[in-house]
Amino acid sequence: MGKVFNESVFKDIEEAQREWEAKFDQLCERAPERLKRFITVSNREIKRIYTPLDVKDLDYGRDLGFPGEYPYTRGVQTSMYRGRLWTMRMFAGLGTAKDTNRRFHLLVRAGQTGLSVAFDMPTLMGYDSDSPKAKGEIGRCGVAIDTVKDMEELFDGLPVDRLTTSMTINPPASVIWAMYIAAAENRGIPRHLLGGTIQNDMLKEFIAQKTFMLPPVPSVKLIIDTVEFGTRQVPKWNTISISGYHIREAGSTAVQELAFTLADGIAYTEAAIERGLDVDEFAPRFSFFFNSHIDFFEEIAKFRAARRMWAKIMKDRFKAKNPRSWWLRFHTQTAGCSLTAQQPYNNIVRTALEALAAVLGGTQSLHTNSLDEVLALPTEEAATIALRTQQIIGEESGVANTIDPLGGSYFVEALTNQMEEEAFEIIRKIDEMGGMLGAIEKHYPQQEIADSAYRYQLQIDSGERTLVGVNKYVTEEEIPVEILEIDDALEKLQVEKLHRIKEERDQAKVRESLERVGEACEKGLNVMEPVIEAVKNYCTLQEVCDVYRKVYGTYRDPGIF
Amino acid sequence: MAERRIRVMVAKPGLDGHDRGARVIARAFRDAGFEVVYTGLHQTPEEIVEAAIQEDVDMIGLSSLAGAHRFLFPRLMELLKEKGVEDIVVCGGGIIPKDDIPKLKEMGIKEIFTPGTPLNQIVEWVKENVKPRGSG
Repeated sequence: MGKVFNESVFKDIEEAQREWEAKFDQLCERAPERLKRFITVSNREIKRIYTPLDVKDLDYGRDLGFPGEYPYTRGVQTSMYRGRLWTMRMFAGLGTAKDTNRRFHLLVRAGQTGLSVAFDMPTLMGYDSDSPKAKGEIGRCGVAIDTVKDMEELFDGLPVDRLTTSMTINPPASVIWAMYIAAAENRGIPRHLLGGTIQNDMLKEFIAQKTFMLPPVPSVKLIIDTVEFGTRQVPKWNTISISGYHIREAGSTAVQELAFTLADGIAYTEAAIERGLDVDEFAPRFSFFFNSHIDFFEEIAKFRAARRMWAKIMKDRFKAKNPRSWWLRFHTQTAGCSLTAQQPYNNIVRTALEALAAVLGGTQSLHTNSLDEVLALPTEEAATIALRTQQIIGEESGVANTIDPLGGSYFVEALTNQMEEEAFEIIRKIDEMGGMLGAIEKHYPQQEIADSAYRYQLQIDSGERTLVGVNKYVTEEEIPVEILEIDDALEKLQVEKLHRIKEERDQAKVRESLERVGEACEKGLNVMEPVIEAVKNYCTLQEVCDVYRKVYGTYRDPGIF
Repeated sequence: MAERRIRVMVAKPGLDGHDRGARVIARAFRDAGFEVVYTGLHQTPEEIVEAAIQEDVDMIGLSSLAGAHRFLFPRLMELLKEKGVEDIVVCGGGIIPKDDIPKLKEMGIKEIFTPGTPLNQIVEWVKENVKPRGSG
């Protein structure tokens, strides 16, 4: 296909641009530009104008290609949103399984097309509701799940053989996934029909989200167990969602998010190959999860660069031959950290812009934050507005009428190239540290993120960066919004339910199946079958996790700042 | 003898992993010239109080973003009283609904900083409200 621009055009453009720049400078002497530096949310300086000179070397086939074709810059699927819109998948979880089930039914009735579960802190960390560590935290920032019984109630009446389910779960991902499979099988739905995603990305936990349980090496071992098991038995499941979202929320720049996420992907790929799996067996089930922050074009460029980079990494570095292995499929969530407690209705607008960037960046699924998420878990009304935002973008605005509408923009293509180059440079540094596990041990990504977060806050405080309603256009009067209350009584109910299940179950079977899990851990065998059996016998989440902790030890936060 | 520097502890009680704010404020305290102890994540109120006594801090700043402040903050205040160190100033920050703030203040928490508070405002507050303990 070849170069987009003919060499011969550059001379004229250069000359014209020089003249234009001179005119602009002259103007600035009388009326200076409105800002000293024009920077993105990631502190990247942006030029006055972008022209063919910024993408002189652009080669249509090599750099862009058609949607569904290598290197996938313009999208992974051939038909993209002309065929089907992205999956509208609202992250939800509150209180008990029954409470969350009610919210799921509401969202499905409102037209969402996939499910996504938010768990409470004890569940995320592998503790049962009756653990002393769970006190005060049950059902607060997500749903409490102790046993397969909770899992059954969570999906009661929902067609899990047709709707895909995403579960944001990391250290105990193998156990929660086992409960999901067990609950479906108890309903007569075989595992090979199940579609969905477990986040299951521990490296970014050490880097950013900070829900951890085991040290890094056994954490990766359990992840590869799920990858291996999924490849063979649950072929429609995404066994990992390699996540930049939390890296960004922790304060990274867009390029750091891109680089650290793909470096995590490289580490998982290497570990799975080391297990003896063929890259083309498992890589097609790897999925990704990115943040969509407020800086519109930089985000779009990031998504496009991510696709192109992963295709190259898979093809060149890992010699993958199956085009599906080259695909970077991703979920997006708008940036929680971009929302403000002040003038909360402004958050609807921020989320809409961020959602639009995700769509123009070609996301496969999307969660839009609710206006009140900076204050508490979303109310039904706020969550519905957030879902409607996606529906308006998808079905009214016309932006999904053509694929990759910003492809070919001098600015967006130049940014895409620049971000790819910078991210590959960071990945090279991480390779030199012995890959992501080595880099985490040296606290490299953690420190880089903390530096960026601190710089960002200083820019807000100094007014160099505007945050509407916070450091500019501030109003004295408070704008009231409704806050979702989680009933304190639910703790007691959940603990009582757990105790009832613990009393009624077959204790001998519980003991035996936990021993089998322990044996698998000690012998280095795949834990998935024994864990599925254990949860079917009503072993609790923490009971299985305690076996893991006993065999592998635990990880403590080094507490650096 | 010159008055010693203010010693502050930034603490993350409970299972909540959101540490961006805690780490940013810890740096701001350090840059303001305070001595800073950061507990790291996933601390029980018992662990925090014990560390505060051992480190002989003048203030504890609690960070909570996952809704458990309603149980964990009061528990910590109880423990300070039990150990006879209620002169350690306690403040908090994070995602804390407005309606919860008066209740927390009643328990002796001196201030709650909600999202959007500039760093220097918090630093100034500490300078005004926290003195080295034992200096009368």
